Amino acid sequence: MNWTLPLTVVGAAVLGLLSAFGRFSRFVADCGRALADLRTWPGLTVMQMRKLGVNSLPIALFLSAFTGIVLALQASYTFTGAIPMYFVGALVGKTMILELGPVLTGLALSGRIGANIAAELGTMRVSEQIDALETMAYNPVSYLVVPRVLAGTLMVPVIVIFANVIGIICGWFTALQMLEMSTSQFIRGLRLFYDPFDITYSVLKSCSFGFVITIVGCYQGFNTQGGAEGVGVATTRAVVIASVLILVLDAFWAATLLQQ
Amino acid sequence: MSIQLTGIHKGFGPKQILRGLDLDVEEGETVSLVGFSGAGKSVTLKHIAGLLMPDKGTVVVDGKEVPKLSRKELYQMRLEMGYVFQFAALFDSMTIGDNVAMGLRQKGGMSEKEIQDRIAESLGRVGLDGFEKRLPSELSGGQRKRAGLARAIAYRPKYLLYDEPTSGLDPVTTEVIDRLIIRMKEDLGVTSLVITHDMKSAYAISDRIAMLFEGRVVEVGTPDEIRSTKNRIVRGFVEGRPEMIEEAEAEAAEEARLASAAPARTQQDGDGHHAGRAPHRRDA
Repeated sequence: MNWTLPLTVVGAAVLGLLSAFGRFSRFVADCGRALADLRTWPGLTVMQMRKLGVNSLPIALFLSAFTGIVLALQASYTFTGAIPMYFVGALVGKTMILELGPVLTGLALSGRIGANIAAELGTMRVSEQIDALETMAYNPVSYLVVPRVLAGTLMVPVIVIFANVIGIICGWFTALQMLEMSTSQFIRGLRLFYDPFDITYSVLKSCSFGFVITIVGCYQGFNTQGGAEGVGVATTRAVVIASVLILVLDAFWAATLLQQ
Repeated sequence: MSIQLTGIHKGFGPKQILRGLDLDVEEGETVSLVGFSGAGKSVTLKHIAGLLMPDKGTVVVDGKEVPKLSRKELYQMRLEMGYVFQFAALFDSMTIGDNVAMGLRQKGGMSEKEIQDRIAESLGRVGLDGFEKRLPSELSGGQRKRAGLARAIAYRPKYLLYDEPTSGLDPVTTEVIDRLIIRMKEDLGVTSLVITHDMKSAYAISDRIAMLFEGRVVEVGTPDEIRSTKNRIVRGFVEGRPEMIEEAEAEAAEEARLASAAPARTQQDGDGHHAGRAPHRRDA
């Protein structure tokens, strides 16, 4: 047996990973440079904010509404007989704002926004539309990538705030209708562990999720090769990579910002 | 205002597409580049527009070496260049009018009224009057192609690069496009490089025709010179006779085999003055 084979395999994998990271870093740097092209991206960003933000609201709100209901019911099931029921409000509020609002919305939007961007830009790449932009002296990064990344980074936190509010409202409604709690009990629990930093944490986390979803979608779309199959591969990769990065970032923010 | 490609080599992975391509297009001239599918014609065109960079060789447009231009200089050069894509490459999310307006808006210096007038005029030139509000998805393949052509000519470029402008079009529309290419040259003095498989079109529109084969230009001449060429690869292509090309290729392969075998024999012959003659034979 060739004893160098494992080393070769590991070496090739490491080199592949490093070169992929290098290509992605260069793409992000290109986006940074394209910010100087103020003639192109501001108007398009507003359009993308409407497209990515408003159109994504229904799925995010649907998801958070049911999450709020389930959270309230599970909290009540767990606390029965041991912990006062007003803690249901604390658990619903804290969990929605700190974790489930941003993460579930982020994962849902990686499927909706990330896949949409990768498929759209991938199709533009394989049908030479990105080359056509280049030939008419448009920088495709400032025309296609910057508006989407900015729109995602700015709009995902807005969607998450809506999702948090709807989740808590649904949790409260469930507490009133199914758990025989009063509004004052629920609000007492909600305020018990509330810290204004929670909102900052939720928004900051959502910004990072929005950035990751859109930049990964754009990168995969821009580097699509082949025809319809290539677009499919790019779309799948965009969703999978963004979902993994969302979970990694979630742990990162918890480790760095929630440590006492 | 000329295009010069010198010694262009380009490969994608292990596949070598261009192997020392040389081609000049003089100011105001229309040159057609013909060749088999996959010969590297579109790759050649993309080098001129700076969409691809050569592995080796130089691309000079208007006296400027394209691979050495800064991004800003490259974009300035591209505003003097119209590119007609093989499959139109229209922006799906925009109307035809907005597609045609893209280059005009980027070039600047026109009021909205002038832009709308130019859109109508450009669409009229390709026989698409009144198509401004349509979406690309509502057009047939031929109409899309013509809309792509209208987009390329709208901002009055000095250079026009056509990637198979008439493939898939009916004979009448093909004739309309051919006349348009000729008129762009006569009216506006545009320098054009046209990639085509259609020899009838190539004869009609070209000042010169170049044949690309195995990554090199193997013949350049006026339409009459190409018609009467002795080069069997060119004749085989022009007349649609694959057996002639196969014969020429087989002969070339045999010559190459003999040429490579000769120095080896000389080496085997041994020492002294015989060995000294080997480099000469290899050159031959």
